[in-house]
Amino acid sequence: MRFLPKPHLFLLAALAAAFGISHFSDRIDPYYLDVMTGVGINVILAVSLNLVTGYTGQFSLGHAGFMSVGAYLSAAVTMFLGPALLGDSGGTALQQGLLFLGALVVGGTAAALTGLLVGAPSLRLKGDYLALVTLGFGEIIRVTFQNIDVLGGALGLNGIPPYTTIFWVLAFAAITVFVVLCLVHSTYGRGFLATRDDEIAAEAVGLDTTHYKIVAFVVGAFFAGVAGGLYGHFKMTITPSGFDFTKSIEIVVMVILGGMGNTIGVILAAVLLTLLPEFLRPVAEYRMVIYSLLLIVLMIARPQGLFNFRFGRRGRV
Amino acid sequence: MPEFLQQLLNGLSLGAIYALIALGYTMVYGVLRFINFAHSDVFMAGAFIGYYLARLVPTDTLFGGLAVLAGAMLGCAVLGIVIERFAYRPLRGAPTLNVLITAIGVSLLLEYSGQVFFGAAPRTFPPIFPERIFTLAGVVVSSNELAVILVAATLMVALQFIVHRTRIGTAMRALSLNPEAAQLVGINNNVVISFTFGLGSALAAAGGILYAMNFPSIDPLMGVMPGLKAFVAAVLGGIGSIPGAALGGLVLGTVETFVGGSALSTYKDAIAFAVLILILLFRPGGLLGKSTVEKV
Repeated sequence: MRFLPKPHLFLLAALAAAFGISHFSDRIDPYYLDVMTGVGINVILAVSLNLVTGYTGQFSLGHAGFMSVGAYLSAAVTMFLGPALLGDSGGTALQQGLLFLGALVVGGTAAALTGLLVGAPSLRLKGDYLALVTLGFGEIIRVTFQNIDVLGGALGLNGIPPYTTIFWVLAFAAITVFVVLCLVHSTYGRGFLATRDDEIAAEAVGLDTTHYKIVAFVVGAFFAGVAGGLYGHFKMTITPSGFDFTKSIEIVVMVILGGMGNTIGVILAAVLLTLLPEFLRPVAEYRMVIYSLLLIVLMIARPQGLFNFRFGRRGRV
Repeated sequence: MPEFLQQLLNGLSLGAIYALIALGYTMVYGVLRFINFAHSDVFMAGAFIGYYLARLVPTDTLFGGLAVLAGAMLGCAVLGIVIERFAYRPLRGAPTLNVLITAIGVSLLLEYSGQVFFGAAPRTFPPIFPERIFTLAGVVVSSNELAVILVAATLMVALQFIVHRTRIGTAMRALSLNPEAAQLVGINNNVVISFTFGLGSALAAAGGILYAMNFPSIDPLMGVMPGLKAFVAAVLGGIGSIPGAALGGLVLGTVETFVGGSALSTYKDAIAFAVLILILLFRPGGLLGKSTVEKV
């Protein structure tokens, strides 16, 4: 298993780069900044789902549900707790930053707890059933948010403060990649791969596969929640229907296109699939048609993913 | 009491539609061991074929309605066979996850092609059977609801006959029991699988028409929710079991209608999934299914 020799240095370098880019963000065209923010959020989503689907082999269709939990909870923190904590003046930039960081952590933790609640019963199921149950839980989460009036009900939550900057997005994307890679390449992380490759064999050598699945699920849900928080404070408005089945599918397509269990490929796919609609504006209505054709053709012709170039080793899913 | 009977009738009529769709899921699962996600969109296609056919036949006659029904069933049977041939057959023997993702891809392809061709806006489905409404013991009965139950019951009896009394039905059961052994005794698996897809899709088309008769607004995404719920019905009854799918559909339709009429009505769409999760946790084999142990 090849992995970077000093991952911590790379994380530090990435954080410094994020800080550097944000320092010059005044001079970057706002349109490009927006696109970059969208790319970063999708990278977080795709890399975190890749931990669940790619490395651990559990096909989840509820990632958007966890994203919505994070989005709503972190928005609730900044909107309802924020004014009380920061006072009338709105606080300094540092105070706002700390509040936002706290809100993201709260959103991520809430999503992780939801992941535990969803995962503990459903991860005993396999394949098709698991996909259906996670889809079902995603729908239940959506219907529940539609029925909470404090959070705007079906109309959604408006007027979320625009705290998301390019720094936060890039920093959290770097942290997500770092955590997922370190986790998977640790001794502990071999359990994920073993669970994916052959569950029965993994159980036979004494691994508690359900435990590994739940850990992957909870960590994935945490980062999905963080991505949701960043998304909410970027768009400034969120609705329950914005986190439906289609959103989950979009993330799944990124993981499959990149090649399951191939983080670099998944990052490339997330970047490509976020940029593609920007270039394809004239044929926007065909976007989902293209996505779906892509899924079918990929599964038949190149199931290991488009960006999986590890020759000699067959891509497995 | 009339209130209860009214809800029961509505529930049974909705459940009969779920049952028709659930039969397709269960049959495909029986022969190929995978969930055909695109089934719900074949259901949608059935409603749209019916929508266009209804313009060609004289409306408001029993014969016209049956012709529309038969036409849509035929059209969808062809659609189902084409989907199987081009999307699923190349993946025969591939890992479950690949087939599952392909099925989701086919489902999305049908939905979004539908949006491109038909437009995303809902359309009004024309009345294809002459509708009469009468009151029976305090219960308002629409002839459409009766037609739904009648057509569904007829089709289920026909299906039971095909599966248990014909050569191809016997081949289907043999294939579902053991594909390799079926091949050894001279059954052409591909033909049987195509036939199963055609049969299941025809039932889905009938479900689509009946659904559109009672909820006369159709759009390319109309299949998603009924499809998911019908799948829940198939699991509830025991996936792979044909009587189970019928029972599961009726139970789910009734439960959902009663919840919709209660104080929890805003949670109506979540009920089916709650049922699914409960059944998978406590009785994964379903009501009429038998649980199996996975062997190496």
